[in-house]
Amino acid sequence: MSDIIRNEQDDVFELCLRLGDDCLILGQRLSEWCGHAPILEEDIAMTNIALDLLGQAISLYKYACELEGKGRTEDDLAYFRSSLEFRNSKLVEQPNGDFAVTMLRQFIFDSYSLFLYDELKNSTDETISAIAVKSLKEIKYHLRHSSEWVIRLGDGNEESHNRMNKAIQQLWRFSGELFEIDDLSQRLFEKKYMPDLMPIHQKWKVYVKDIFNKATLKFPSDDVFMQTGGRKGNHTEHLDYILAVMQILPRSFPQAKW
Amino acid sequence: MNSNIKQIVIDTLSQISDPEIPVVNIIEMGMIRDVLLEDGSIQVILTPTYSGCPAMRQIEDDIVLALEKKGFNDVAVKTVLSPAWTTDWLSEETKVKLKNYGIAPPLKSNPDDIFNIISMNQQINCPFCNSEKTELKSFFGSTACKSLYYCNNCRQPFEHFKCH
Repeated sequence: MSDIIRNEQDDVFELCLRLGDDCLILGQRLSEWCGHAPILEEDIAMTNIALDLLGQAISLYKYACELEGKGRTEDDLAYFRSSLEFRNSKLVEQPNGDFAVTMLRQFIFDSYSLFLYDELKNSTDETISAIAVKSLKEIKYHLRHSSEWVIRLGDGNEESHNRMNKAIQQLWRFSGELFEIDDLSQRLFEKKYMPDLMPIHQKWKVYVKDIFNKATLKFPSDDVFMQTGGRKGNHTEHLDYILAVMQILPRSFPQAKW
Repeated sequence: MNSNIKQIVIDTLSQISDPEIPVVNIIEMGMIRDVLLEDGSIQVILTPTYSGCPAMRQIEDDIVLALEKKGFNDVAVKTVLSPAWTTDWLSEETKVKLKNYGIAPPLKSNPDDIFNIISMNQQINCPFCNSEKTELKSFFGSTACKSLYYCNNCRQPFEHFKCH
């Protein structure tokens, strides 16, 4: 196998980790609501969404392992990597906070996913394309759910409106990383494995502005300082705590079987 | 000869019910995409309904077990994602089965409708009294494939098999 092809496979492997780690970590975060949600229907909704995200992560990890060809499985990627090896955005590892924070985090992520995956459908990589088509169906109703909550809370009473504004203040600085272009995403774009993130960012802004408008929330100005680093393995302290909970069993008993 | 074996395999697979909706089998659900026979080995091509459906692993085990009982020992289950599963693959008979079981069947999907996020309310009739006076309680239900409705006519809660 030539070096060039090898490098391209490495790049697609990294892409699978970026996409898959976002799904896994956000799914794990949502699962923390199980048994604690404000109403039963929301408890069921958030765990349903967590399950979809876990399923998407499994598909992406399986493909990553296949590309890598070292015999690792999706479980190895989930349970036996340290936080330095995770490629998720910092947004998805942020704590659940109150319901407004959870819903805004979900809304930012779902809307990003919808526009990204709608383009990933056209990836020159057939497996990435197939995963995108499958995931899109699920992302669509996730986004419907989170959009409706942003509107309901923003345009609700004074308390819910203030909480949404606090959530925006807290989370907005993590939104830029989702659309960040680096050497890897540039190479993947040139080979048409993934789309250009710039137009996706524009579409995302239009959609989010429209929902914020309906929610009577102010869209933040462009000069908010954006956090970065997650895609290179530099995470906030929260990720290690998530991994501790998620990985404790397989790391304590590596031979354990369900 | 091969077509004979294929028919036996398909008949066997049609005995396997969906673990979460026992009234329909995995063929009716549209999850079996193909059966390939080669030198005595059988490959069953399976597609998941939802990415994270926890029933998938059990269904895979059920397939291998059911075919082993029929004397087929070299069975492999291969999962494919494309084309993505859709409720449009459910036949009219299957939809009637769901309705009789108390689950409102899916309507026709509209794949081009991807950006129509907020306004996608559909008219779902009550599977018990056929009334149109129903309301969506939650888009998310007991399984990934169902949502929760309430009938304001016969005052029964019911599940709707989401159009997907």
